This record gives sequence, structure tokens and C-alpha cells, in this order.
Amino acid sequence: MSRQLATFVLDGAHYGVDVLHVQEALRSQVRTPVPVAPPGIAGLVNLRGQVVLTVDLRVRLGLEPLAPDAEPMMVVVQVDGEPVSLLVDEIGDVIDVEDSQFETPPDTLDGGLRDVVVGAYKLDRGLLLALDVDAATAA
Amino acid sequence: MEDLDEIVREFLVESHENLDQLDSDLVALEGSPESRELLSSVFRTIHTIKGTSGFLAFGKLEKLTHAGENLLVELRDGRRSMDLPTTDVLLEMVDGVRSILQAIESTSTEGDVDVAPTVERIRVVLEQRDQVEETPVPDPTPAPEAPADPTPVAEVAPPVAEPVAAPAPEPAAEPAAKAKAPRKIRAVKRPAAAKAPAAPSVEATVEPTPEPTPTPEPAPVAETPAAKPTPAKATPAKAAGNESAGEPSRSAADASIRVDVDLLDALMRQVGELVLARNAITRLADDSAGSDLVRASQRLSLIASELQEGVMKTRMQPIEHVWSKVPRMVRDLAAACDRQVRLEMVGGDTELDRSLLEAIKDPLTHLIRNAIDHGIESAVDRTAAGKTAQGLLSLRAYHAGGQVVVEVTDDGKGIDHERVATKAVEKGLRTPQQVAAMAPAELLQLLFLPGFSTAEAVTNVSGRGVGMDVVRTKIEGIGGTVDVDSSVGKGTTWRLRIPLTLAIMPALTIVCDEQLYAIPQVSLVELVALDAQTNESSIEYIRSAPVYRLRGDLLPLVDLREVFGSGPREEGVRTVIAVLQADTQRFGLIVDRVLNTEEIVVKPLSARLKSIGLYAGATLLGDGRVSLILDVQAIARRSMAGEIGEAERGSRASATVEAVETVQVLVAGVGDGRRVAIPLSAVTRLEKIPATAIEHAGGREVVQYRGSITPVVRLGSSYGMAVAEDDELTVVVYTRGARSVAIVVEEIVDIVDDDAAKHYDLGDHGLMGSTVLKDRVTELLDIQSAVVAVDPYFFTDVEVPSQHGPLDPDDINSPAAGRGALVGV
Repeated sequence: MSRQLATFVLDGAHYGVDVLHVQEALRSQVRTPVPVAPPGIAGLVNLRGQVVLTVDLRVRLGLEPLAPDAEPMMVVVQVDGEPVSLLVDEIGDVIDVEDSQFETPPDTLDGGLRDVVVGAYKLDRGLLLALDVDAATAA
Repeated sequence: MEDLDEIVREFLVESHENLDQLDSDLVALEGSPESRELLSSVFRTIHTIKGTSGFLAFGKLEKLTHAGENLLVELRDGRRSMDLPTTDVLLEMVDGVRSILQAIESTSTEGDVDVAPTVERIRVVLEQRDQVEETPVPDPTPAPEAPADPTPVAEVAPPVAEPVAAPAPEPAAEPAAKAKAPRKIRAVKRPAAAKAPAAPSVEATVEPTPEPTPTPEPAPVAETPAAKPTPAKATPAKAAGNESAGEPSRSAADASIRVDVDLLDALMRQVGELVLARNAITRLADDSAGSDLVRASQRLSLIASELQEGVMKTRMQPIEHVWSKVPRMVRDLAAACDRQVRLEMVGGDTELDRSLLEAIKDPLTHLIRNAIDHGIESAVDRTAAGKTAQGLLSLRAYHAGGQVVVEVTDDGKGIDHERVATKAVEKGLRTPQQVAAMAPAELLQLLFLPGFSTAEAVTNVSGRGVGMDVVRTKIEGIGGTVDVDSSVGKGTTWRLRIPLTLAIMPALTIVCDEQLYAIPQVSLVELVALDAQTNESSIEYIRSAPVYRLRGDLLPLVDLREVFGSGPREEGVRTVIAVLQADTQRFGLIVDRVLNTEEIVVKPLSARLKSIGLYAGATLLGDGRVSLILDVQAIARRSMAGEIGEAERGSRASATVEAVETVQVLVAGVGDGRRVAIPLSAVTRLEKIPATAIEHAGGREVVQYRGSITPVVRLGSSYGMAVAEDDELTVVVYTRGARSVAIVVEEIVDIVDDDAAKHYDLGDHGLMGSTVLKDRVTELLDIQSAVVAVDPYFFTDVEVPSQHGPLDPDDINSPAAGRGALVGV
């Protein structure tokens, strides 16, 4: 069985989310910080009149948080019927992947990462990490 | 087919409205069985439903309403008067009609509702009456109301209200009218003239009309014009005169249209967006110099405001819509609980956004149930208590300060706050100490805790332990508040405060740490600007808790920066205190800057952020940025939590003081402008001693006083303050039994009366709280802990035989603390 993944780059690694989850991808906008929010919540943005939560995936993936002056891209995904925007470095193509290419994450994978990465697709040009959107955006 | 569906839907909508009206009318009728207006209204409603159901071929419905109508005709014609069985059977019929309508709504057929039993019961009631027939006819009392008037109203009104079709004429009504005509005229002669001066002329003109055309269809064309001139005039006159229930909605039928609620909701959303766009344009125009743009933006602003107001109005509905069901409910509940209840409703025309109306329906029902079940006592109890047997339940709605207030008041037994306290302890919701320290009003607030119900017995009406917390949750969910007043034996008032609308609200925009936040205007009491100079001096600290003296009262302060955990603000910057009202407490929120008030559109917040509990929502500002709306209640709860713990401790301590309303205290300065109050009972003498007299013993400061070595308490230093090494020290000597301590203070200020009721619970270790004495914040010294710090055995009464140095804890102490007397300086 094949499925389509929307891919993006974060800190040099390629990640993919099911294309059906993705609403749109766009440049980052002014974010309103939310004091006292859990780490990883990057603020709120105005998406055509709708207030949308943005998540800094770097924190979720155990990376250094985004530099304050960085200009990331946003991938807006639908989670539980609510749009959530993921901050990423670069937006890639939508690609077809086969189940046969899939493998669960190795046991050596860092604990924090294991929660949000369901596995990897072994592609010719490298590994594509499949992201669990629900886990990645959970507060 | 489409068309038919449309007609059926119209019929359903209209019938539902009419049925609600019918419920209240029938119950009202029971109270005033001779009201022609009510009877005609009821008759008309049933008649209309019957007519339409015949037209739409709903056989069962027709059969049921037909039976009901037969009964109503008798009532209308005065051949029977309204009594309990009649009301019951009529209400049963209404319920039957309702369930058929529901079936039609869901399945488009009449379903399997069995109307036969109801029809049968109506027949029984009718026949019972027949046995005693004719008795009341000679009796003039029922006759004058019913006979003449209802006939024209009933016959004429339906065609007017029902443009659809002339409903099939009533075989039942017709003969009745005919049969009665002669009798009627006789009856009218005497009392009608005396009773209603306007009536006779109407009757005279109308009376003959039905008679010429009684046999076939009452041919609306023929009859109406003939009857029209007089009744047409008469009906509105009557409507204006003494009937307001059914009539206006009918006569307004031509002037209004039905609009889909979804459409209105969509419209409201769009207006919300427009308001935001308007805000954006206004901001741009303010920045630009172009006067044309400014003018255009002002115009836009004006139109947008008007449009917003207009659209909001379309969604407004009088609270009557919810109340219309109340009379029936009260009647049933009163019967179920065996109470006698008189219902009073004031302010039914107060308008509310329909989504809010929907939301208060359940809480209101709950409060009414409670009032009847728990509030109003049984007739026996009431008489015993010297009240009228009939209890009074009143609903009041009115506008107040941009909110709608809905009150549910009963004159029942009230809520005993002591019992609330006991219950709260029993259920483990509060500890005995906690409730002991609570004021009666606070205790009543406990009713809103989850799992609280004071009902002694669970009835099928209420008392299952789910209750007031649900009411509160629902009302708070729509941005409202609920509180309760009660006095034992007199009654209880539940007060719901509800915002006019949810979608758009005025808010104050403020700045904190470079970010904009919105504070709902409803919570805002006032703003106090602090400039750099006064900043330092006007915010006082009770240990670490900042307070501000607002017109003599201490206002606890919460720094928004601290709430947010952002860095401290720069020194000497102007700040503003926003005085906010949250539930019962008032507090000052320190913010960096206040911008302006703005209409904001509340956008829902992501569920992931709701758990933070500081934000009520988000909104978009004029420049398109997102701004968070602060949840004032939550901030209060969160920031005061630490203080509440202290408050509880403090109020427990002060509870002992409260017994002696005012206590004389010695006010002393302890350096750095701080003042402490020492209970006069702990002051034995005031002395001045040279600083050199202080000697040291075992690491402690001591002084030789009256031949014994007395430990020294330095209030200044024990509060972390440096004390200037003066040449002469002022000491307060506290002697208890044979032991004394010398309390060093900087200066003695005065002796004043301290009212324990005015104590604030802001304090710290070694303090019992604080108060305002002689216009200064004064800390209340906890004399015990101050003394024990230097002489741990001062208050113990252990007798130790060997007499060591005075520093040793060997002196025998008398148990009564604070017996000392002031000797003088």
C-alpha cells in the first residue's frame, strides 16, 4: 500500500506527515507569544481571521528551540478538526511512499523522539521520518 | 411535495410556538377561570391546529384537538368553569398534541401516538359535566364573560391570523353558538353593562351576525366583512387593554418574517470580521495624514457600529421565550412537591442574545426546581411560620451595567449557612477550621462546589448532588456569574448575571512585556496610574505581598509580569494598576501600559491552551495581530491561591480576636517607616534604656531590668531591618508572671483602637496580618512568636525547680497571657 506524505526539513533531517492532515504550507507570520504555555508552543498566528496555534517542532524533537530571528515556514495541519501550525525549516515535496519501505524506529532512538516519530521510510536519497501529528502537537 | 413539506414545517414551527403559549394560558386560566381573553386565546390555538391538521390530513391530531375543542367550547360558552380535572385533561391534550407534532417532525407521519385514551378522558370530563348541566346557566356569573364575546373573536380571528386557508368550519362550534344565542342575549343584558362598558356595543353588533349564516360554512368572505367594522376595532382595543399574551405575535405576523438561525449566526460572524477590519482601517487612518481616509474610516466605523448593533438586535429575543414554559413547570412541580406556589414574572421583555437564552434555560430550570423543592415550604410549615400558605416564586429580569440580571427569588425557608458549613465538612469539601473562619456569605458560595447538595432527601425533583456547580459551570461558560443571597426564614435569591452577547465585547487593551492583552471591560472597575515618582512610595509591601492603598482600603496587587514569569520591569517606569473585580474579590493588576478600549471579537482558543487557564480566548487586533484575552477570574484564583492559604490562617487567628471587636494596640515604629501594632495587653511598661545597657549572655542580647536579666527582642532586626544604633533605646517591656522580655522598637507612635473586622490577612511569619491605623499600613505583631523566638519558654508553665540565670527557662509563668498593664512611659 502506498500513501502520500508531505515532507519538510528540520535541522537537516527529512520528516513527513500524511498529506491528508495538511491544510496548507506558508511563510511564517508574526506570532503572538503565549506566556506560561508549555514548552514547544510557539505562539498564535492570525490565519485569515482564524486564530491558529503554532508548535515549534524543534522542541518536540528534542532540538534547540528556534532562534528568535529565524524565519521558519509553517505547515498547517488539521488535528482533531482544529488547525495547528508546525514551524519547520524548509518545505519539501509531496512524495509517494510504500509500506514496504517502512520500518519502525530503532531502539536506540532517543526517548523524546520516539514519542513523535512513528518510523522511517527508507528512500533512495535517505531516510524520511514519519511524524505522528497528534503526538507532536499534543500540549 | 417540496411545497407540502414547507407547509408542514411552517405548521410545526407555528404550532410549537402556540403550544408554549397554550401551556401558560391554561395555567393562567386556572388562576382566573373567567378570563375571556385567555379562553379565546386557548380556543384559537387549538382551533388553528385542528384546522390545519385537517387540511394536512393528520387524522389523529385532528381527532385529539377536536375533542379538546369540544371541551373548550363549553368553557368558552360559560357552560362549565375551569376546574382541576378540566385543566388536567386539557394539559394532557396539549402534551398529546406535542408528542404528535414531535413524531411529525421526526418521521413526517403522526407516528404511533395513541390519542384514544386522552380523547376518552376528555369525553368523560364532558359527560360528567353534562349530568349537572344547565345549572350555571341561570347563574349570571359565568355567563357574562363567555357568551357573546368569544364567538366573534374566535370566528373572526382565525381567518385573520391564518392566511393559509379558511380552516374547515366547526361542526361542534356552530351548533353550540346557535343553541346558545338566545340564552346569551338574555344573560348579557344585565351584568355585561355593569362589567365592561365597551363590551355591549360589540356584542350587539356581532351577535346577530353568526345567526344569518350559521348553517353552511361560515363563508369567511360573507361573514368577515359584515362583522368586521366593529370586531376589528374591538379586538385590538381589547388586546391593548388587558391582553398581551397571544395577540401581538399574531397581528405582527404580516410585519415580520422568519429567518433561519444559521443565517443569523453567519451574519453575526461576518459582522465580527467587519468590526475587526474596521479596527484595522481605523488604525491605519490614525497613522496617516490623509484627511479623506480619516473621514472615510470614520464613516465606515459608524456604519459598522450600526450594522453590528442591528445584527445583534436580530438575534435578541425577549427572555419570555424561556419563561413561557415556566408557569406550567411551576404548576407541575408545585403539585409534585405538594406546595402552593404563586408565580410572578417581571421583565419578560428583557432581551438577550438567543444563544445565551438557550444557555440559561437549563440553569434557570434548575434554580426554579430548587426554589420549589427546597426553598418554599409546605403550606402547613408556612402557616406555622406565620407566612401565607401560598409561597411566592418570582422571576425578575433587567438590564444592569451592560449585563442582563436574572433573579430567581422565593420567600421560602432560606438557606441556613450553618447547615451548609456542616454539610461541607461532612462531605469533606472543607475542613472544620476552614468553615469556622468563613463569613456567612462565603459559606453560601460553597453551594456551588461540585458534589454539594443540602437536600435531606433525594426527591425526583432535585437533590441528587449535581446541581449548583452545574449551574455555575454553565453560566460561567457563557461569561456570566451566579451568586446567591439568602436569609433564613425569609427566602433566597439566586442572581444570574449574563453578558448581552457573546461574540463581541468591549475590552481594555493593555501592554505587558511588549505584548498586547485584552481585559474584558465587565471585570474592570477602574484604572490607577502610578508615575515614576509615586511608584515607589505608593505600592507598599507586606513582606513580599504588594498592596496599594486605594482610598483607605488595602488593595492586593498582582503583577502581570510575575503571573507570566517575565522579567522585572525597569526601575522608575510608569505603571498602571487595573482594578479588577473577580467573583467576590477585588484586586489590582499591575500592567506596563494601558492602550485603549476596543470592541473585540472573541475567537475560541485552541484546546491545548485552555489548560493553562489564564486566557479566556483570543482576538485579532486592528493590525491583524493575535492578542490574548485575560481570564480575570482565573488570574485572581491563581494569584490569590497562595494568599488564600495565608488568609485562612490569618482569619483563623483573627477569629479569636473578633470576639473582642476592638482591641487597644500600641503602635510603634520599627524603622524604615514600617509600623507594628502590639496588643496593649502585652505591654507592661515602656522604658528608655541607654544602648550601652545591652549586654550579651549566651549569644543573646539581654538587659538588666529591675534586678533580673531580661532577654531583648529587636523587632527591627527580627524583621530583617537594620536598626540605627541610637544612644537611647525605646523598649516595650512585657512581663508575664516573673518573666519579662524587652521589645526594642524605634519609636512609640500612639495607642489606638484597632477594629479586628478591618484586618487584612496579608502578613508573614511573626505577623498576624495587617491593618490601616492612623492612615498607615500597620503590621499586627504576633507577640507570641516574637517572644518565643528569644525566650522559648516564656509562655510555658512548666515549673523547673532549679533557679539558674534569668535566661534559663525556669521561671514559673502564669497561664493567662497578656495580663500586663500599661504603666506609662
